[in-house]
Amino acid sequence: MSSALDGEPVPPDLFASRRQRLLAGRGGLAASAVSGVVVIGGLAAVFWLAPGGATMRYFFFNPPLMWQSFIGDPAKGFYSVGLGLLTNLWIFAVAEALVLVCGMLLASARLSQSPVLFPFRLLATAYTDVFRGIPILLVIFIIGFGLPELNLGTISSQSPAVYGCAALVISYSAYVAEVYRAGVLSIPHGQLLASRSLGLTHATTMRRVILPQAVRTVIPPLLNDLISLQKDTALVSVLGAIETTRAAQIYGSTVFNFSGYTVAALLFLILTVPMTRFTDHLIARDRARRLAGA
Amino acid sequence: MRDVRKRFKEHEVLTGVSLTLRRHEVVCLIGASGSGKSTLLRCANLLERIDGGDIELFGQSLLDPRVDPDRVRRHIGMVFQSFNLFPHLSVIDNILLGPVHALKRPRADVRAEALELLGRIGLAARAEDYPDRLSGGQQQRVAIVRSLAMHPALLLLDEVTSALDPTLVGEVLDLLTDLARQGTTMLVATHEMGFARDVAHRVAFLESGRVIEEGPAKDVLDHPREAATRTFLERVR
Ligand SMILES: Nc1ncnc2c1ncn2[C@@H]1O[C@H](COP(=O)(O)OP(=O)(O)O)[C@@H](O)[C@H]1O
Ligand SMILES: [Mg+2]
Repeated sequence: MSSALDGEPVPPDLFASRRQRLLAGRGGLAASAVSGVVVIGGLAAVFWLAPGGATMRYFFFNPPLMWQSFIGDPAKGFYSVGLGLLTNLWIFAVAEALVLVCGMLLASARLSQSPVLFPFRLLATAYTDVFRGIPILLVIFIIGFGLPELNLGTISSQSPAVYGCAALVISYSAYVAEVYRAGVLSIPHGQLLASRSLGLTHATTMRRVILPQAVRTVIPPLLNDLISLQKDTALVSVLGAIETTRAAQIYGSTVFNFSGYTVAALLFLILTVPMTRFTDHLIARDRARRLAGA
Repeated sequence: MRDVRKRFKEHEVLTGVSLTLRRHEVVCLIGASGSGKSTLLRCANLLERIDGGDIELFGQSLLDPRVDPDRVRRHIGMVFQSFNLFPHLSVIDNILLGPVHALKRPRADVRAEALELLGRIGLAARAEDYPDRLSGGQQQRVAIVRSLAMHPALLLLDEVTSALDPTLVGEVLDLLTDLARQGTTMLVATHEMGFARDVAHRVAFLESGRVIEEGPAKDVLDHPREAATRTFLERVR
């Protein structure tokens, strides 16, 4: 630096610029309000003023038709998009419970140590490889159109919704198993050594030491997968199950208006947004805890 | 331990270690990093399967297929360089885990005993705290107490002061010195030569997976016979 040579040090300017201070200081709130209005207002304006804006609004955001599709009218040949959501809900509820259990079983099989369980370990690995690799839509087709062909009594005579639900369970179990497994593997090896050196069995070590710690790291990614699962219940419509998306599609082709899709989208948002917010909250809390610990 | 060998893949880490510990004896294991001290300790309580040789405890070979490794480990305590306390359990629950879930002892009995042990290291008031609220020295002393609560016949200690701030090393070594005085049998991997000289009955110098030199602490540390031991001791000093 020149000051070292000159002998007479010149104090450097340490102040933030006036603009930086305005943006960061008390003006910050006003600044975010202004930028919010500009960005959101800008997007809305593009939407509103586009050459085809009015047409677009007519086909997608038509309040009377949105309401009509929501309540449905079987006499006119279309189902209620609102009631269709109940199908998505039960598919999700059943699939979620089964996925959490099956994923756990798969993960335990892959993490097992005993030589006796070798075949299970191999099968579980193959299973997760295969079903994480096949698009869910294909699994739905294979189950939904394949099982009825088998002529296997009850197995072959289920409703499309049941087949769809089964396909979701099959696919998502593979993903969730990997989430569990990653959680267990994220626990430092020293924890395992410490527990086993106390003479605790492998099973007790899992139950008392590894899993309680793994659960905490696993919950946010697990919730992410469940949010996906919630949305993917819409895929069951390809088998002809009358759920929200399918009802909206039928409405659209009957009335030649897509407002039903908008309703379906809004209904999904009502379901998923609380869960995404909750997941973010957990992640933030975990991060705060880690920062406090470090 | 007789002629214990251990390989990781092609890499032979223990190339034939023989070592005997008598009851109430403290043996210090010294040697450079990578000489196999940790591996040897993990073999001693069967955390690693050995590839050759034999290990006996109370005159019983531990390689006998009828031996249950979990039962063996209940008689051998182990303390690690990085403490390895269970972060999701309070101090007292860390100590209770082994006695309650491995030894199946009634919780109330062990609890009283654990509090008494904590009292001895001056941490009774911290029983309900979580490990991350304690200093490194406190954590390591809790880890030692966690092993002691199992009433082990033998305590294995792996560089238990190496991860500590120099100001905290003393409190842990003092605890070990007390234990030695009470007749606890210990196999201690350490770089603390002062501790080895004052407390160990015997010292074994490990190099490249073999015990090169072994004998009474003062003899090995002050008048090493082997050139390798001499070189090592000059380096750590
Ligand atoms: N689980 C393992 N897999 C492969 N190599 C290992 C493993 N554990 C230790 N080693 C190797 O064994 C040698 C001895 O290591 P260690 O017993 O930790 O030595 P020390 O405790 O004396 O520093 C090292 O070269 C290390 O790389
Ligand atoms: Mg080591």
